[in-house]
Amino acid sequence: MVRKKRVVLTFPHSLVDKPITYHLVKDYGLVFNILKARVTPQEEGRLVLEIEGKRENLNRGIKFLKDLGIRIEPLAQDIRWVEEKCTHCGACLAICPTQAFTIDPTTRKVSFDKKKCIVCELCIKACPYRAMEIRF
Amino acid sequence: MAKTIKEINERIKKGKAVVVTAEEIIDLVKEKGIKRCAKDVDVVTTATFGPMCSSGVFINFGHTKPKIKVGGGKIYLNDVPAYGGLAAVDIYLGASALPDDDPRNKVYPGEFGYGGGHIIEELVAGKDIRLKASGYGTDCYPKKELKTKINIRDLDKAILYNPRSAYQNYNVAVNLSDRVIYTYMGVLQPRLGNANYCSSGQLSPLFNDPYYETIGIGTRIFLGGGIGYVAFSGTQHNPRVKRTKKGIPKEPAGTLALIGDLKKMSSKWLRGTSFTGYGATLTVGIGVPIPILNEKILRFTAIEDSQIYAPVIDYSKAYPLGKETVLKEVNYAQLRSGSIKIKGKEIPTSSLSSYAKAREIANILKGWIKKGKFLLTEPVTPLP
Ligand code: SF4
Ligand code: SF4
Repeated sequence: MVRKKRVVLTFPHSLVDKPITYHLVKDYGLVFNILKARVTPQEEGRLVLEIEGKRENLNRGIKFLKDLGIRIEPLAQDIRWVEEKCTHCGACLAICPTQAFTIDPTTRKVSFDKKKCIVCELCIKACPYRAMEIRF
Repeated sequence: MAKTIKEINERIKKGKAVVVTAEEIIDLVKEKGIKRCAKDVDVVTTATFGPMCSSGVFINFGHTKPKIKVGGGKIYLNDVPAYGGLAAVDIYLGASALPDDDPRNKVYPGEFGYGGGHIIEELVAGKDIRLKASGYGTDCYPKKELKTKINIRDLDKAILYNPRSAYQNYNVAVNLSDRVIYTYMGVLQPRLGNANYCSSGQLSPLFNDPYYETIGIGTRIFLGGGIGYVAFSGTQHNPRVKRTKKGIPKEPAGTLALIGDLKKMSSKWLRGTSFTGYGATLTVGIGVPIPILNEKILRFTAIEDSQIYAPVIDYSKAYPLGKETVLKEVNYAQLRSGSIKIKGKEIPTSSLSSYAKAREIANILKGWIKKGKFLLTEPVTPLP
């Protein structure tokens, strides 16, 4: 059974240039999306990934990462677009750093692509109709 | 060939009126020309759906036994204070009222998740609202405390009255400072991070009748999903502003005071709204019909986004200090394209009012008129 998981990886500087994601693909057949990547001032790497694959491969892949000394946490927060509350104003459009919202030029209606969301939470504050919710 | 409102109403009653929205008229005029359209089209419908802080409701909650006089006392609806300085059981709840214990901006930026606007939405939706009142007691009104629940269906009267609505044009807000600012124009990112605007542009009522030739005191309109009327010119109404050659104001200009029966309205078109760091308010749906009496009026309704300009203002310094210098004038077509260029920088744009909803309202009003359910009115007196 194919499963999807959103995880936050935190890894020490020593691992920053290692081909970790290569192994995830090659050895465990996992498909992933990088949602957010950054190296903190402490030279720690943080990567928010969406990983997809067979359950046993997912578990093996995660074990492989842990054994390397990478901290793995599930992406605890989840952003939800409550469509019934959305007025399609577009106040979220300019604020979202990843263009997760788009407005159809013909219908002038807004849609939300969750796959692009990196849970920065900016839209939560920017939406006047409280149509963007965060779930912990 | 000039028409009168009376003639148009005759056609509406017979189900023969030709009604189009302020969006549809643009292409129609391009296709058929002014002369032909002025003859064929009877009514153009305009609309807007945006946050309007100068909104509120008058409520008469009925006399209790024994009676209480709230006038001069205190009154709360779901812990949000309303105004009680009227007769015994007449009160006014404003859209931006907040519970006394709301932290406001003490924890900056405040959330303002619940205020007067949200109560108005809940009231219209038919939800029970907690009412807590206190009076000082008189010989004729002895009761001093009241705790009860009210529901819109039991109220004697509930009237939406907005001292200011439907602003004819508005600023485009940007932030030149180095920190995020939270305004009634939304969240503004530092160093020209984004630009927010708030108008339905070519669909907006007063852009389609820039000199208030048909919209006047007494004009019947779509208000919050029900029927309303233009009560007066709104607060801050100012027709004497800079205008384009076509007569379209280039800065905030006319406004309308509106009134209507809240009991017949819908929570779909009256939405409680929260601006982070700024406050609570109400988003109001308004639709205004424009009778096509002559070619001149028709020409105005054919206005399009690319011909309507708004001033870009810095909300970090210029606006709060009252020294609004215009950074640039941009048109609504540029704003709607998703980005504008200011000081050489391409910045993304966002709207606070919903064009999609405005379009929906313009079409609903068009439907009402076509079905003969909504007749046009002569203004009692023109707006200044
Ligand atoms: S800001 Fe909120 S209401 Fe407006 S389009 Fe975005 S999600 Fe919808
Ligand atoms: S949290 Fe909101 S603003 Fe941030 S990336 Fe997700 S959708 Fe965009």
